[in-house]
Amino acid sequence: MSNQKKLFVGIDKQIVGLYAILVFMGWLNIYAAVYNEEHANILDISQSYGRQLMWIVGAVALATFILLVDGNFFTTFAYPIYGFFLFLLIITLAYTSATNGANSWFNIGPFKVQPSEFAKFATALALAKYLSQVGIRMQDASTRIISAVIIGIPAVLILMQNDTGSTLVFAAFILVLYREGLSGNILLLGVLAAFLFVLALLFDKVILISIIGVLCALAFIPMRKRWKDFFLVAGIFVLCSGMIFSVDYVFNKVLQQHQRNRINVLLGKLEDKKGVGYNVNQSLIAFGSGGFSGKGYLQGTQTKYNFVPEQSTDFIFCTVGEEWGFVGCTVVIATFVLLLIAIILSAERQRSTFTRVYGYAVASILFIHMFINIGMAIGLAPVIGIPLPFFSYGGSSLWAFTILLFIYVKLDAHRLQSMR
Amino acid sequence: MNNAFTDRRFVVIGIIVAIAAIFLLRLFYVQVLNDKYTLSANNNVLRYMTEFPARGLILDRKGKLLVYNEAAYDLMVVPKEIKNLDTNDLCKILNIPKDEFLKRITKIKKYSKYKPSVFERQISAATYGILQEKLYKMEGFFVQSRTLRKYPIPTAAHVLGYIGEVTEALAAKNNYYSPGDYIGITGVEQSYEKELRGQKGVKVMMVDVHNRPKGHFKDGMYDTMAVAGSSIITSLDADMQLYGEQLMKNKVGGIVAIEPKTGEILAVISSPSYDPNLLVGRNRSKNYSELLKADHIPLFNRALMAYYPPGSTFKLVNALVAEQEGVLHANTMYGCNRGWPVGGGHPACHQHPTPLNLPGSVMNSCNSYYAYVYRSIIQNPKYPNTEQAYAAWRDYVESFGIGRKINTDLGSQELKGRIPTVAYYNKYFGKGHWNAYTIISLSIGQGELGITPLQMANITSTIANRGYYYTPHIVKSVGDKKFLKKEFQTKNYTKVAAKYFDPIIEGMSKVTSGTATNAKIRGITVAGKTGTAQNPHGNDHSLFVCYAPAEDPKIAIGIMVENAGFGNSYAVPIASLMLEKYLRPDTATSRPDVEKRMMEANLLNKMHVKPKKIIRRH
Repeated sequence: MSNQKKLFVGIDKQIVGLYAILVFMGWLNIYAAVYNEEHANILDISQSYGRQLMWIVGAVALATFILLVDGNFFTTFAYPIYGFFLFLLIITLAYTSATNGANSWFNIGPFKVQPSEFAKFATALALAKYLSQVGIRMQDASTRIISAVIIGIPAVLILMQNDTGSTLVFAAFILVLYREGLSGNILLLGVLAAFLFVLALLFDKVILISIIGVLCALAFIPMRKRWKDFFLVAGIFVLCSGMIFSVDYVFNKVLQQHQRNRINVLLGKLEDKKGVGYNVNQSLIAFGSGGFSGKGYLQGTQTKYNFVPEQSTDFIFCTVGEEWGFVGCTVVIATFVLLLIAIILSAERQRSTFTRVYGYAVASILFIHMFINIGMAIGLAPVIGIPLPFFSYGGSSLWAFTILLFIYVKLDAHRLQSMR
Repeated sequence: MNNAFTDRRFVVIGIIVAIAAIFLLRLFYVQVLNDKYTLSANNNVLRYMTEFPARGLILDRKGKLLVYNEAAYDLMVVPKEIKNLDTNDLCKILNIPKDEFLKRITKIKKYSKYKPSVFERQISAATYGILQEKLYKMEGFFVQSRTLRKYPIPTAAHVLGYIGEVTEALAAKNNYYSPGDYIGITGVEQSYEKELRGQKGVKVMMVDVHNRPKGHFKDGMYDTMAVAGSSIITSLDADMQLYGEQLMKNKVGGIVAIEPKTGEILAVISSPSYDPNLLVGRNRSKNYSELLKADHIPLFNRALMAYYPPGSTFKLVNALVAEQEGVLHANTMYGCNRGWPVGGGHPACHQHPTPLNLPGSVMNSCNSYYAYVYRSIIQNPKYPNTEQAYAAWRDYVESFGIGRKINTDLGSQELKGRIPTVAYYNKYFGKGHWNAYTIISLSIGQGELGITPLQMANITSTIANRGYYYTPHIVKSVGDKKFLKKEFQTKNYTKVAAKYFDPIIEGMSKVTSGTATNAKIRGITVAGKTGTAQNPHGNDHSLFVCYAPAEDPKIAIGIMVENAGFGNSYAVPIASLMLEKYLRPDTATSRPDVEKRMMEANLLNKMHVKPKKIIRRH
């Protein structure tokens, strides 16, 4: 069998197809977002849509290259790759200049690269490598600690670059750990913590704790009145109270002013349509004015006349909302969901733990990007600047997501190729 | 190899699907259920840009241009777009120092970097010419043309009126106007505002986030074209108007001339006047405040707003009322002894033949005669008491357009003058404590009477017409169509029948041999009546009402010259020179010496008084 044929054997056409659809839609929408009659040619490389096409071509080349690489390469070199990108992150931290408030760009000649984008797949590879070792059980505390370290190091490095958005992405790995056996309670705890955080910001703490106390007492009644139950309920109560009291500290001491403002705007505690709330308000106007079926391609006034800042990158989704309406949004979200489900279902079919863990990592990372990016654009999440996978303008993010996805595509194909 | 946790894929997928569902619900709410964002989007992007039509021209009755629009150029700047500017060059063209340039730019930048602002207002055509050649090099600068009212003949300022920015209150009330728009404030500019202004057009433009225009909304579907204002042909005779103003130079007073047959106003002069060009352009507000402070208040329209006791000119009205009431006949004779014998020589009179009949009394302006006449009106046995007789007299007088607004189309400044009411005298003297003798000064037009020059001219026109007048009006036609409001086409009849005018007119026609010797014009019979109104504050006011030719009245004039003494001294010669100018437009005056004397006379040093009424400030 020729190399040419071998290259495409076993490739999941569904995943690659959905990827291609998303990239293409993204490109069209970047064109719309920065559309300018003077530079109407979509191939004009002086404009971002022209450059995005270059990035797309590069991404296709990258994908092809990845498919050509031996499937065992990634399994074998997972740690070295991880190490390399950690090294890059440290270098970036040490040498780069600030852009967009996040100190995360790395200049290579005329190009700016964002190592944090690539750290995601590197971490996914490392985690997959670690968890696929024989005898690793999530029930062991050591497993959990080492997993946390593998995820934590790049996360902290990125946080030190002042890139909170990218740091948050690493929280996605909790879904991977969950699939691999991490207690569901931890997931619940995370949700509970987030829930309490919001409640504590909105309501008076004493009242909140009183209500939780009453709820705990009520929960204790149907139980079997044993000391164990009592300690459990009491423990939950103390934990909740502690969380509530730590909210102030986290909110005021850990978070920065712009982050506090963004959260306050989201919670409706701060009305500031000209300042911090401007982006979201303009974004909502774009969505709202799109209506059910949209204004039509290139007809979005919010979009065309730059009312929404960062529209080709972080707020790209509102271009979809304005020009394609609710219908367009549904199509895009559905495409994402289909892609995520396809990856997960495919991951479950893997015989190799490495591939499965990696697959889940891919799905989780894509998911959290979609969750935060779209949530922010429609006013359900605070303004956190992270790209919408395959959609947002930018070479680093497109290439990083392409690498992330195509390594999985390759690993998946490798399964079939090695079955032969 | 699947392990024990394989079913957890459903939890993960469940989370993903749940989040997607929440997003879609939220989107459905924002995009489909809620419409407030659509409006916000329109507010963001749509700008309604007004297209201002050219204001209509104003011409005189012979088609002479009185008001037109001159293009003015504002140099505009968009600070953000300034590139490679040769500042020195620009400063040299505009003749401003460099630090002035910097000062302005800083101020403009503070306002907006993206919106166009005025850098230099109303630059001259010459400067514009130089600038135009270099403008292509001055990125960020452009010239916006606008129009200014321009007056080729500096005349008739009060008639034409001026325009100014609308007040905020009006802009809020009237949805045609926006703050910053111009509106006629006085004169024809005010009363024909609707015709002159035309119709504004609107361009619905789309702008980007920096307010830069990006094109027409829906390809101009919602745009409307501006419609230019209509030209207005006035009934003014610009030559006579200007001539009258020259004659009134250095005198204070008012003149109104009317064509009796139509009610068309031929001239409205208020002296001192001003050059209407002063209230236009970049020095407008400075000039305006200077005019407000100037001696004798040039902005005050005496022709319409100043009222004076009519003096002897009022005898005409009293005689007509008495005739109609049947207490006076053409041949009624009364004697005079340089004063009214009944009043113990009061009111006093001057030397003239005596006794006189009615025409003779008009010609010689005998005070005693009219004291008798007025007494017989007030003591008319037809009425049970003084009050009723007075009220009846007052009604007659009002029917001549005295003591009420005539409602011309000269703008809203017109005042109604004054005839005291019964209530006034009841209050002043006490009810039952007044009679013909106490108010006898009304017989000779003194006392509490107040009449504007417009009303004087209108009474004259009424007499020339033998009993009716057309409401005086200044506009002959609007645009191409002959335009006459209905109220200007109906005859307003006085309560005096036509036949009673004959003896009055007979007397008036001989006035040039009586009190108005200076009104004599060879070949033209002037009918008139002089007046000398006593003025408690200084020299008597000089008055004259007249029309000519007496046989076929073509022009009626009312004139009042403040503190100028006898009617015959200034009012009469000025009026007669104007008559001559109007009736013989192409020949020089037959009395160049009189003309010269009138033009050169300066009465301002005799003045100490400002008019009672203070001008309304706009």
